[in-house]
Amino acid sequence: MSKAVRFAPLALLVAIIAALVWRLATPVDTDVHSAMEGKQIPLFKLPAALPSKPGLSSSDLASGEPHLVNVFASWCVPCVTEVKVLQILKESGVPVEGIAIRDRADDLADFLARNGDPYERIGSDAQSEVQIALGSSGVPESFVVDGKGVIRYQHIGPIERSDVPLILTKLEQVR
Amino acid sequence: MIAEAGLAALWLAAGLAAFQFLLMILSLRGAAEVGRAMRSIAVVQGALTLIAFAMLLIVFARSDMSVALVFKNSSAVKPFIYKLAGAWGNHEGSMLMWVTILAVAGAFLALLSHRTSERTLLAALGAQAVLALGFYAFLLIASNPFSRLWPAALDGRGLNPLLQDPGLAFHPPTLYLGYVGLSVAFSLAVGALLTGEVDSKLARAMRPWVLGAWILLTLGITAGSYWAYYELGWGGYWFWDPVENASLMPWLAATALLHSINVLAARGALKAWTMMLAVIAFSMSMVGTFLVRSGILTSVHAFAIDPERGTFLLALLAIYVGAAFTLFAIRGATLKEGAPFELVSRESGLVINNLILTVILGVVFVGTLYPLFVEAVSGEKLSVGAPYFNAVAGPLALLLAVLVGIGPLLAWRRETRPVFKQLPVPALLGVTALAITIILWPAMHILPRLGFMVAAYLAAASILPLTGRNPLRAPLATWGMVVAHFGIAVALLGMASNAAFTSERLAIARPGEILSVGPWQVQLQEVTPTAGKNWTAVEAELRAARGDDLVTLAPQTRYFSDPPMETNESAIRTFWNGQLYTVVGKQDASGAWQLRLWWKPFVTLIWAGGALIALGGALALLGRIWRRRARHSADTDFRRRGYA
Repeated sequence: MSKAVRFAPLALLVAIIAALVWRLATPVDTDVHSAMEGKQIPLFKLPAALPSKPGLSSSDLASGEPHLVNVFASWCVPCVTEVKVLQILKESGVPVEGIAIRDRADDLADFLARNGDPYERIGSDAQSEVQIALGSSGVPESFVVDGKGVIRYQHIGPIERSDVPLILTKLEQVR
Repeated sequence: MIAEAGLAALWLAAGLAAFQFLLMILSLRGAAEVGRAMRSIAVVQGALTLIAFAMLLIVFARSDMSVALVFKNSSAVKPFIYKLAGAWGNHEGSMLMWVTILAVAGAFLALLSHRTSERTLLAALGAQAVLALGFYAFLLIASNPFSRLWPAALDGRGLNPLLQDPGLAFHPPTLYLGYVGLSVAFSLAVGALLTGEVDSKLARAMRPWVLGAWILLTLGITAGSYWAYYELGWGGYWFWDPVENASLMPWLAATALLHSINVLAARGALKAWTMMLAVIAFSMSMVGTFLVRSGILTSVHAFAIDPERGTFLLALLAIYVGAAFTLFAIRGATLKEGAPFELVSRESGLVINNLILTVILGVVFVGTLYPLFVEAVSGEKLSVGAPYFNAVAGPLALLLAVLVGIGPLLAWRRETRPVFKQLPVPALLGVTALAITIILWPAMHILPRLGFMVAAYLAAASILPLTGRNPLRAPLATWGMVVAHFGIAVALLGMASNAAFTSERLAIARPGEILSVGPWQVQLQEVTPTAGKNWTAVEAELRAARGDDLVTLAPQTRYFSDPPMETNESAIRTFWNGQLYTVVGKQDASGAWQLRLWWKPFVTLIWAGGALIALGGALALLGRIWRRRARHSADTDFRRRGYA
């Protein structure tokens, strides 16, 4: 056996260990960037979830102004706290649109009466079809959509009070 | 006090391991008289780790919430068996189990091994002590299982509900026994490289350990596959998940080793290669443990990486494997290869077997670690999934299965007869199977089609070594080989059938509705709430009918409270020709239920094949031990009569 062959396993091991050490030493980037960012919002037309408010369609979003689209549901516990943060965003001039996932009208009305109602329009997505088309895997999630209807940012999980500046910056960037 | 006693036992064992290592250096320098001391130390060290592990079991059995580990991984309301299983269903406990098995294996090596020369055995015991020493340090410094919680908690946080399953309670111990059994092969190889005594005697001493470890790995992988199949509720039996690959890689290396070791034992050839494989097999066990325990591969799935643990394990891996490879590089030149062999011979058949297994191992290794390296180089995140593994490893495995039918028919050293003349029946069966699939199912994919062909061929070819003589006179080891190779054909048939003929039905159903899946008509009767000791559930009642067969199935969705989690308990009914597999999911807004139904013809053959492979290994192991016994007693007889 030649020297090169005998030392090959050792050399390979050193290379692998070096790569693993590098991997352990570098901080992990746990942000998973949405594949939807930069894409046109899918075409949809959702019926009104409540008699008192209009439904939501993709043409409402390509209005020239940026929007915040919030995917939520009355049965979702984190949505209770999030809706109050959305209220703050609304008060600072952000148009907030809602997509209610697998919801019932009376439950939704109760939810908004109890926790506040920041939404301009609420579309009812009874079978999660639009939610899936948007690439959203759960509730709540929110999308910053620019004036041409292009998704600029996907926020997974509830928008916390501390996220307000982030959302406002994202909206400002696409104005 | 119990936790402290466990910790003390662990410290003592670590001290003894260090001492054992020092004695090994003395023995390598020529002090032969340390042998006795080393054996006793190895045994006491094994006993101390057993005591430490028993102490851990006791604190878990008593739900002693003043021990941090119990608090984090158990709760007072759990069934007793899962309280015990909680002891190894976590990082610290499983590492303690690992080191316990390692030390106990060392003790058995000291007690039982009389095959090798004393020098090599002592060197191997020293190597085993160094291995254990690293893991003691890991436990005592970075993951103490006995640390206390102050103040003590009232109740614990519970065990992951997915793990609350009798199969999984015994799955990790089985795999660990397999992983760590390979440590003995590693130590013997290192010992032999140190003393330069790489010969057939060493191979015969190593073989039972490799066989034993390999049997347990086979069982562990088979059981783990069945667990994932019924517990996860996805209907699949292998997902090429990094954790699964972590158990497959040592198995592949051990399978290669198992075959090459026979060449070394019978012919004294393939010395360097066999030593290399013995090192690689245990290295793969450590790589597997590192991957699973450091969380390095699952980071995208939001598990926290623990850098300290990962670094520690990686350092151990680098030191042990690096030292073994260095030793190999230095001593490899001194290895004299044994008897030469010709191109067509049993030896070259086994060399080809080893090559293919090693390539498959490389394929799995690269596929498992590839996402890591891509991210290191380009920062891009990706995952390597089943399509890659199936497309690359699948054809290689089929090729290997074809050769499995031929290899055992070859003679050692030089085959003069034309081997293909022995294979008309298997070949005919294979071609027939292929023709049938082409005629009856023209749309079938290529891999299952080839799978049917190879399975039919191999089922017949694998039993050829028993024909042409009285099969009852054949050595037990030959029977073992035949059973294991036949098991491959059986498993392959199950996989091909599952891939080609599974019917799947995902539907939303209201009570009363009838769905059809394969030959079955399944009616949803009703969905009712139910409860167990630490969970509540909704249970669907399904009536399934096929001709005269009428069965009731009750799949559940369970909600566990501590920790909060939801699991699907699939309901599976096994028939001679397949399994009906049902899962109930969520209720939609209109009150209908999600149902997932599968009819999987002959899917059980996959695990039956796995069990047969393990059984073959067990027969071979028994055969080797018996023959050795017989030879040993004949030896002593001989001496007693005064001929020696």
